[in-house]
Amino acid sequence: MAQTYRTMLVDPMVDNNPITLQVLGICSALAVTSSMSVALVMTIAVTLVTGFSSMFISVLRSQIPSSIRIIVQMIIIASLVIVVDQVLKAYAYEISKTLSVFVGLIITNCIVMGRAEAFAMKNPPLASFVDGVGNGLGYGLILMLVAFVRELFGAGSVFGLTIFETVNNGGWYNPNGLLLLPPSAFFIIGLIIWAFRSWKPEQVEEREYRIQTVEAH
Amino acid sequence: MEELISLAVKAIFVENMALAFFLGMCTFLAVSKKISTAIGLGISVTLVQTITVPANNLILTYLLAPGALAWAGFPNVDLTFLGLISYIGVIAAMVQILEMILDKYFPPLYNALGVFLPLITVNCAILGGSLFMVERDYDLTQSTVYGISSGFGWALAITAMAGVREKLKYSDIPEGLQGLGITFISAGLMAMAFMSFSGVNL
Repeated sequence: MAQTYRTMLVDPMVDNNPITLQVLGICSALAVTSSMSVALVMTIAVTLVTGFSSMFISVLRSQIPSSIRIIVQMIIIASLVIVVDQVLKAYAYEISKTLSVFVGLIITNCIVMGRAEAFAMKNPPLASFVDGVGNGLGYGLILMLVAFVRELFGAGSVFGLTIFETVNNGGWYNPNGLLLLPPSAFFIIGLIIWAFRSWKPEQVEEREYRIQTVEAH
Repeated sequence: MEELISLAVKAIFVENMALAFFLGMCTFLAVSKKISTAIGLGISVTLVQTITVPANNLILTYLLAPGALAWAGFPNVDLTFLGLISYIGVIAAMVQILEMILDKYFPPLYNALGVFLPLITVNCAILGGSLFMVERDYDLTQSTVYGISSGFGWALAITAMAGVREKLKYSDIPEGLQGLGITFISAGLMAMAFMSFSGVNL
């Protein structure tokens, strides 16, 4: 069983990544990736919420009538997000101020809901918890990668520490302003997907129309 | 009246939900393969948005805002911290009802939308619409107009995206970029194009 738990944890990071393969949770990936520290806090918050919501939903899975399951799941998730929000306000007020909008948006992060629907409704609590944490980390991995590229080349720093001295501060690096604007996140995620799929060719999507030469009849 | 029209135009083009605020991206990317499905989803989002934004506005004004419970004899109660959970509750209820109606009366559309219909609940555009309504202090009329037009703007964006993708599938794209990758990059280009609306002031 230990083996399967490890697979459940590692599998969503590379082979079945929520962002690059399942297309879930992209809204916040675009919004919170302009600096690395914000992305890190977001990763932790999402991982905790995904893990615990999957666990609680899985505990209740045989009690939830299927016609109102969405409402029940949303209430569990929303309560957890309110808890995360209150904890952040109490112990990390500065970060919670920069994150305020995005913490609320964890409720609408499709990863949380997607895992609840697809996994937690059919599996026991511990497995669901591990699956939730794994997916949260898979999401965080992409988030940190995008944030790294955007902060390093957009502002010349990593975690707020200067790596490239920018021209404005008398250095040599001319920051690329485009990377601080939201559309750049689209391009970076697109390129990350390209890299992932070149590494793992089995993830490549089948072409709908293959270009080929037609033999004359 | 003029003010309402300018609010609508602003919500559709200048502050487009999908391309200027990047809300509702999951469904935007996943269900934009065919124009007909995209239109179906766009209509459902517009519908849900039109109902939920004014409904949440009523809940905020009569139940949650500080002093709103004065009619029930609790003038000092402030329930705004319950905002998030009530808005999402209203949204989830609306989506569930919509799902039942579609299942009963429009089975082809229900089958086409598949797993993404329950995910309308977690469509950030819907919750985002209600949160913007709260943030900007819209009254009931304004929030109705805002609900319709922001939903319509989102529908417009996903339909345009589906149009691009329908043409795109005939093109010769590198193996690894096939599908999701190229979709992200074209969405990025569309977002850059829509950024040109951001200077428009009405």
